[in-house]
Amino acid sequence: MNWKTFFAMLARDAQVARRNAVQLLFQTFLQPLLFVFIFGKVMVGSGYMPAMYKSLLLPGIMAISMVFTGIWAVAMPLIAEFQWTREIEDRLLAPIDIRWIAVEKVVAGMIQALVAGLMVIPLAWLVLRPGVEISVSEPLVFVAIVLLVAAFSACGGLALGCSMDQQHIGLMFSMVITPMIFFGCTYYPWSALKTFPILQKVVLVNPLVYASEGLRGTLVPQSPHLSLVAVLVALVGFDALLLMVGLRQFDKKAVT
Amino acid sequence: MAVGLRTQDLRKVYNSAPPLAAGGGFVQRADARGSKQTKTQVIALDGLSLEVHPGEIFGLLGPNGAGKSTTVGVLTTRVRSTSGQAWIGQHDVWNEQAAVKYLIGVVPQRPNLDFALTAREILVFHGAYFGLGSKIRNERADELLEKFKLTDRANQMVRGFSGGMMQRLSIARAMMHDPQVLFLDEPSAGLDPQTRILLWEIIREYNRAGKTILLTTHYMEEADALCNRIAIVDHGRMIATGTPAELKSSIPGGYLLRLRFAGVTPALVEKLQSLAGVREVHASDSGADVYADRGGSLIAEIASVAAATGTELSDVHISEPSLENLFLHHTGRSLRD
Repeated sequence: MNWKTFFAMLARDAQVARRNAVQLLFQTFLQPLLFVFIFGKVMVGSGYMPAMYKSLLLPGIMAISMVFTGIWAVAMPLIAEFQWTREIEDRLLAPIDIRWIAVEKVVAGMIQALVAGLMVIPLAWLVLRPGVEISVSEPLVFVAIVLLVAAFSACGGLALGCSMDQQHIGLMFSMVITPMIFFGCTYYPWSALKTFPILQKVVLVNPLVYASEGLRGTLVPQSPHLSLVAVLVALVGFDALLLMVGLRQFDKKAVT
Repeated sequence: MAVGLRTQDLRKVYNSAPPLAAGGGFVQRADARGSKQTKTQVIALDGLSLEVHPGEIFGLLGPNGAGKSTTVGVLTTRVRSTSGQAWIGQHDVWNEQAAVKYLIGVVPQRPNLDFALTAREILVFHGAYFGLGSKIRNERADELLEKFKLTDRANQMVRGFSGGMMQRLSIARAMMHDPQVLFLDEPSAGLDPQTRILLWEIIREYNRAGKTILLTTHYMEEADALCNRIAIVDHGRMIATGTPAELKSSIPGGYLLRLRFAGVTPALVEKLQSLAGVREVHASDSGADVYADRGGSLIAEIASVAAATGTELSDVHISEPSLENLFLHHTGRSLRD
C-alpha cells in the first residue's frame, strides 16, 4: 500500500474543497438551516408544533446534512471526472492499486460529512435556542454512529457516482435522494409511523432511517427512537454493502 | 538503464462500444454461444505481438480504429486485455500495476487534465502522487512550465486553455515523474505544423536522455521523421515492422503507379506484368496499382500497352517509396480511408 500516493490524493481533494469553500458552505447548510428555521422556529413559535419538536428535529437535520454532503462530495466529482474528459485518469495512472483511489474518495467524503454534521449542531442550536435539550450520555456510541453515518453517506456517493451518468443527476435526486430524505425519519421519529404499519416496515430498507434514529437516540435519548444496537448493526451492514457495490462499479468504470 | 516493452498475442474484444479514445476496431457480428441472439462485438486487437527495444522511438502506425489506442491502453494498465500479455521491462503490466506505473508516462489522445486544479497544481500534485518530495516536485514543475512556455499561465485553471496548451501541459505532466517509457497517443493530432515540429524536438530530446518512447500516429511523415522503428497495424493485427527505411525498401520496386483505364482486361494485366521493371500488378475493375523499380519512364510503355489491348490510359499517379505506399500494398487501402 502506497500511503504517499493516498495522502497526496487526499491533499488534492482538500485543495479543491478549499477552493470551493464558500459554494460548499451554502450547498451544505442553507437548506437545513432554512428547515430548522421554518419548522423549529416559526412553526414551534406560532404554536403549530409542540416545543419538544425542536429537539426531535435537530438530529434529523444533522443526519440529512451529513448524508447529503457525503453523497454529494463523492458522487458529483466522480460523475464529472469519469465523463468524457476522463479527468480522473491522472489518478488512475498514479502508482497505487486503483481501488485505493475509490477508498480515498470515500475518506474525503467522510471528512466532509463529519464537518457538515458537527457544524450543524451549533448552528441549529443558535437558531433554535432556547428549548433544545441535547445530551450525549454515551459518547462512544455517539462517535461510532457519527462515523458510520459519514461512511454510509460517502460509500453511497461512491456507489451512486459510479453507476450514473451526468444526464441522470436530476433523476438521482428526484428518485433516490428526495424519497430517502422524506421517508428517512428525519423530520419525525420512526415511532410516529405506527399509525401506518406497512409504511413503518417498508422504510426500514432506507438507511437514512438508521442514521436519523441513531443520532436521535444518542443526542436526544429522552425521545422515542430505534434500539441503538439495531441502528449500529444496520449501519455496519449498509456501509459494507455500499462499499462493496461502489468498489465494483468503480472498477468497471475505471478499466475497460 | 533504459526500459523496453513487449506484448504477446494481445487480444481485446469489446462487448460494447469501445471508449472514445480507444478508437473503433471493426465491428463483427459474432454468434453468442448458447443464445439465439447475435451480439455485437468489436475486435480491437487480434493477436498483436510487438517488441520495443530500450531507448528507441517506436511508432505504431495505422488508420483510425486499427487498435493503436487499445494497445497503448493495455500497456498502460488502462485496458484489460481479453487474452495475451504485456510487459514493461520485466514487469507484467496487469499483475504488477503499481510497479509499471512508476516506469511509464502517458500522454492521452485527448487531454484529460484535472479541471479542478491550476496548471502548476496539476504538475505538483502529479509529482506528489509519485512520491516526489515537496522541494523537488516544485522545482521540476517550474522547470517544465518554463520549458513548455506555460509559466505565465501557471496559476490559472486549465479550463480556459487552448487545445495546444492543454496538449503541452499533458506532456509536461507525463514527464513530471521522469518515466523510463513515454507513451504518446496521436500526439500531433490537431496541432499546427510549427507546434508539431516543436513537439518532435521535445520527443527527440527526451529520447536522447535514454528514454523509450512509443507513439501512435496516422501521419506517415511523423513516423518517418521521428521513429527508429515502426509497426504498421490494421484491424488489430501487425502488418509489418522494421525501420522506416527497411519498410520502404520492402515495397516491391519502391515506386507505386496508380493507373486508371477506360477498361481493364486480363490481356492488359498480363502485358503490364511483362514490362521491364514491373514487380507486381494489383488490378481492379477500372484501374491497376503497379509496383515497379522506376516511375515516369514507364508511362510511355504503359500507354502503348493500353492502346495495343484496345483501351486507353486515363489517369496516372506516381508516388515514390513511402510508408503510405507500404500500407496500401499490404492492405489494399489508403491510410486515410
